[in-house]
Amino acid sequence: MTTGIRIGLVVNPVAGLGGRVGLKGSDGAEVQRRARTLGARPAATLRAEVTLRQLNVLARSLTLLTAAGPMGADAAQAAGLHATVVHRPAGPDTTAADTRAAVRALVAVGTDLLLFCGGDGTARDVLAALGPGPGPPVLGIPAGVKMHSAVFAVHPRAAAEVAAAWAGGEGVRLVSAEVMDRDEAALRDGRISARLHGWLTVPVLPSRVQQRKTGSSATDPEALGGIAAEVAERVGPGGLLALGPGGTTQAVAAALGAADACPGGVDVLRLEPGGTARIVVRDARADQLLALPAAPWIALSPIGGQGFLLGRGNQQITPELLRTAGPERLLVLATEAKLAALAGRPLLLDTGDPALDHALSGHVRVITGRRSSAVYRLTG
Amino acid sequence: MTDHHPIAGRQPIAGEPETTDRPGTTDPRIAPKPALRRFHQARWDEKLIFELGAPGERGILPPTPEPAVTAAVGSPADRLPAALRRGTPPALPELGQQQVLRHYLRLSQENLGADLNIDVGQGTCTMKYSPKVNDSFVRDPRIAALHPAQDATTVQGVLELVHRLEQLLKEVSGMDRVSLQPGAGSAAIWTNVSVIRAHFAARGEPEQRDEVITTAFSHPSNAACAKTAGFKVITLHPDADGYPDIEALRAAVGPRTAALLITNPEDTGIYNPRIAEFVRIVHAAGGLCAYDQANANGVLGITRAREAGFDLCHFNLHKTFSTPHACGGPAAGACGVTAELAPYLPRPTVEFDGERYVLDHDRPESIGKIRPYLGVVPNLVRAYAWIMSLGAEGLREAAEIAVLNNNYLMHRVQRIRGVSVPYAEGRPRVEQVRYSWRQLAEDTGLHSEDLGYRAADFGTHYWTSHHPYVVPEPMTLEPTESYSRADLDEYAAILAEVAREAYEEPETVRTAPHNSTVHRIRPEPLDDPKVWSVSWRSYRRKVLGEQP
Amino acid sequence: MTARVPRTHPYIPNSAPDVKTAMLAAIGARTVEEFYADIPAALRLDRPLRLPEPLGSEARLVAHMEELLSRNAAVPPGRSFLGAGCYRHHVPAVVDEVVNRSEFLTAYAGEPYEDHGRFQALWEYQSLMAELLAVEVVNVPTYDGFQAAATALRMAGRATGRRRLVLVGELDPDKLSRIRDYVHGIHDLVHVPAEPEAVHAALATGDTAAVFAELTDHRGRVDPELPQYVELAHRAGALAVVGANPLSLGVLAPPASFGADLTCGDLQPLGIHPSFGGGNAGFIASQDDERLVAEYPSRLFGLVPTDVPGEYGFGDVAYERTSFALREEGKEWVGTAAALHGIAAGVYLALMGPHGMREIGETILAHTAYARRRLAEVPGVEAGDPEAVHFADFTLRYTGERTAAEIAAALLDRGFHAGAPAGEREGRYCVTELHTQADIDRLAAALEEIVK
Repeated sequence: MTTGIRIGLVVNPVAGLGGRVGLKGSDGAEVQRRARTLGARPAATLRAEVTLRQLNVLARSLTLLTAAGPMGADAAQAAGLHATVVHRPAGPDTTAADTRAAVRALVAVGTDLLLFCGGDGTARDVLAALGPGPGPPVLGIPAGVKMHSAVFAVHPRAAAEVAAAWAGGEGVRLVSAEVMDRDEAALRDGRISARLHGWLTVPVLPSRVQQRKTGSSATDPEALGGIAAEVAERVGPGGLLALGPGGTTQAVAAALGAADACPGGVDVLRLEPGGTARIVVRDARADQLLALPAAPWIALSPIGGQGFLLGRGNQQITPELLRTAGPERLLVLATEAKLAALAGRPLLLDTGDPALDHALSGHVRVITGRRSSAVYRLTG
Repeated sequence: MTDHHPIAGRQPIAGEPETTDRPGTTDPRIAPKPALRRFHQARWDEKLIFELGAPGERGILPPTPEPAVTAAVGSPADRLPAALRRGTPPALPELGQQQVLRHYLRLSQENLGADLNIDVGQGTCTMKYSPKVNDSFVRDPRIAALHPAQDATTVQGVLELVHRLEQLLKEVSGMDRVSLQPGAGSAAIWTNVSVIRAHFAARGEPEQRDEVITTAFSHPSNAACAKTAGFKVITLHPDADGYPDIEALRAAVGPRTAALLITNPEDTGIYNPRIAEFVRIVHAAGGLCAYDQANANGVLGITRAREAGFDLCHFNLHKTFSTPHACGGPAAGACGVTAELAPYLPRPTVEFDGERYVLDHDRPESIGKIRPYLGVVPNLVRAYAWIMSLGAEGLREAAEIAVLNNNYLMHRVQRIRGVSVPYAEGRPRVEQVRYSWRQLAEDTGLHSEDLGYRAADFGTHYWTSHHPYVVPEPMTLEPTESYSRADLDEYAAILAEVAREAYEEPETVRTAPHNSTVHRIRPEPLDDPKVWSVSWRSYRRKVLGEQP
Repeated sequence: MTARVPRTHPYIPNSAPDVKTAMLAAIGARTVEEFYADIPAALRLDRPLRLPEPLGSEARLVAHMEELLSRNAAVPPGRSFLGAGCYRHHVPAVVDEVVNRSEFLTAYAGEPYEDHGRFQALWEYQSLMAELLAVEVVNVPTYDGFQAAATALRMAGRATGRRRLVLVGELDPDKLSRIRDYVHGIHDLVHVPAEPEAVHAALATGDTAAVFAELTDHRGRVDPELPQYVELAHRAGALAVVGANPLSLGVLAPPASFGADLTCGDLQPLGIHPSFGGGNAGFIASQDDERLVAEYPSRLFGLVPTDVPGEYGFGDVAYERTSFALREEGKEWVGTAAALHGIAAGVYLALMGPHGMREIGETILAHTAYARRRLAEVPGVEAGDPEAVHFADFTLRYTGERTAAEIAAALLDRGFHAGAPAGEREGRYCVTELHTQADIDRLAAALEEIVK
């Protein structure tokens, strides 16, 4: 085991409070107060403790850095681990500001891997504290009510496995993962509204892949190069391509030779002969997209686990643009693995224009690889 | 299952299931026999064969030329250019005969054949009993020693057998001709795809019809074969009820549609009740329909490709018709087609000319050869013998009991904590079920693979599913007609025990297997070109740092 | 009077009426019919299948099969001179003992934990073949040598991104048929005679993915120019794909030694019974070049450590293959093929060792040379391509009146299985290590009577 790996831990002790009492989230002091009144007890410390216990078994030598009391030190103590406290919250009731301050303190003293325990709201705070630019890889210990972000391990114990493998330098990949959050006020009013807030760098341990059954054929779970080739063929040399946000579209851009695509925005690419592309407008606004010399092809990939294709995180793609381009120029991209992860739920759209939503609804061709597609439901 | 004698002096092993109270185990130092089988796989710590033997040992001596032959021809290799003569001998190991035998017998003991375990966990593979008597026929020199170029008059028995097997499978499928040439199920799918291609080429529209439609729960070789043949592939996902989405099919078909390749029942064990409607939609668009009958074991004699309107179908003889799986082949496939498509089948066919069985090579529209000669003849012999042992009633009984066994096992397994049966909820399954351990995984952080590894500690195993996992944390069980009620009860008890451990002592499962030949492998080198080792040569160079 | 005991079929234990009833009751179902609720009535077969009456007992089944088998002639090896892709060689008893073990014969696709033995036996097969072929990568067997050649050519096509395939010399027409079907619409086949000038000319057009040639061609001839074709291919940026009979490689150079990028062929000569042409299995081999490894559609087993230091474990190398693999048109498929024949070939090579492989190669070369010389002494018979070295297979030309078909028929009348027509006045022959001088001399005597 490599020595000297510094793992930072920040626990949001109020994470998950709301869910237990049906409040659909825990953000905001008022919700937390109501949750406590309704009898909710902090669970995040317990979840973090599970991770730390497992980490103690798997990784022999590491340095644990954390924040005082319920923000990490309590969990470390319960797990029997020594931890260096690098930040102390101002008072007993911790806030989002405390999470952000703790993250900044952990980064300042030098953290190789940041573990946070919480939900989507905590992930947003971590994102905010890290800001743009390089930072340590981050992994979420799931403890929240809402976990739409792709930055969480599937289980506190799994978080320890990934962290230990990362610390040991074993076959861990770093990927860019989405931080999503729902609009809670909207949700409590009965509306679902989720937003993409940005990306964090997350270590991923390819889940223990079972040996291939003799009678099985390889499907290409990450046939992104094939998707890119297919897109290039459809659009053709000289064509304009508006590429929506997301990991799939970013990888497609990279496969077309535009490695510097903007992960969170809409880029416009011009296809060149030979199946490559270059970016002509970066992080385009809605008005820039409408002002393009010719109607672009629009390539979108469903975001997160919800299957939102339009209307979440890509509002730059306006109804007007969609109408100008026409449905035949709308390319839906997803690997078979991503479609499989939807578990039968339809792709969703919410352009803000009910008539357009209705017109686009139905079964769409999803490009899943080279010469491969799926026919999948899209509903408004 | 009936051996209850406690073993004296045996120490309890961590992770073993709880013991049950039995009379006669009063000595507290002696652990009584647990309810479940105390299996332990053979662990010989057998070396690699390259680490065995010594220079000069010989495993077998081949004949040498007689002196007169040598005197007449000398050493013919000397007449070859040096570049074509072997210089250094191959660095094969040198072992005595018994040493070779012992090595491989030890490896065989470290392998869990279907004859030894309750092999209901290899879903989609139909691990039914392969009767021993059928093996005796193929070991007979009157099969084993036959050369395919022997004159037809000297092989009338085997030609008649192949001809008869075709007639039997024509009736089982309802199709007009059946080719037995494909070497396995996927080769049969390829054959069907090639026939489809030939059909459209003959009609002058090969360019126009370039799309093949399949479903997410069809065997992935359907998509792979179509793609290999140059078709574009469109996959349909299940609808909200868990059945293949017929509206998606309507959206997918058109003038570019060459064919629908569809497995039914699907790998979930769900029978598509609208299958005939699927066929009608594709036919209306001018496409052909090929029925992947890999999962036919539950519907033998009950429903056929013909009645559902298919143009082509295929069976896996090593699944439905009981030929052994042989570590992954040799297997055999059978392709059934309508009279319209029969001219395209592989050549030769076996015909009866009123007097004799003959090979008909003169088939100008044939796609040609799919495999050398007639196909995997030993498996054709076994499949024929299996059908002849059962007859029509027996085939239907095999199907019905396979389905009964499956629904019985589902009934037992569904009561286990953490498991569910997604899609088409509450509906019966045909001959297999794709279960999900999603709830257990969420509760415990353990994955379906972990549970499968722990199942190995009880002398059995299961398979998850093809990738990507559409059903999360999958487990696919197919009990076939071969297993007794007691077998099914034991298998369900093993799964229940593994699930209990997952909740109550997860470390036991997380670190499983404990009673296997080997411990958990470290898979990282398998994906690293710098160290992956496909051979001893490669291993010596990359890992041991030798210069072979 | 005793109650009539049901004759439950031995392969279907739960068919016993009481068991079946109890199981239905346990589920809460009245009949099995309830489980078929999703199958519409219109799709039901409304009658029993029309099949022959079942044989009723194992004894009657054996009798029935015996009747069929009795009409097959198992020819003594000394009387059979048939080859051309399927061979009668000695199968060591140890090979049969191993592959007939239930543990191997009835296993399928377990994990490395319950099926460690299968993984090790097949990894050792790969390794033993790798020594024989002088390469580092050999696949878990594909269906047969035809498929191995067809897949090797598709691999070359993917690796180079080119369209043309140049096939050199005389190929088995059946193998050619398989290749044609498999590359249809993807590649163009260009067939040239076995001459360096012809290969050179065919390559001048460019866009060639591979040059395919065989170490011993369909007439058994070892082509002395083969290394030149390999070099020409490389100069044109194409891959060299070379077919080989693995049993010849104790004496003939493995194609990789003169630069072949992919070697392919059939394992049947390595300890697998002919079984009327049912005993084939294909191998594909290459150096450990990541670009080529990425193109294998077959499984490749790899040796890995386990959690216990010193313990060998096995798994699938490059399970998802590499990024190279995901680039384009798809990767063919992997499925049940011919794994047990791989184990057989491994046991065979372990028994034979380096010296056995050399000796059997020398014996077959000597027998072939002797047979060609001895049979060509028969008036009206000439050896095809008399100067070339042949391995096992060869052809004879008839200069007299009688056709090859007539001669084969006349030989059969005398108990010889030999001389399958290769042309109107040319027959195919084959000798192996099993023939004796007397066997060959007897064939010569029979030909002397027939060929006038």
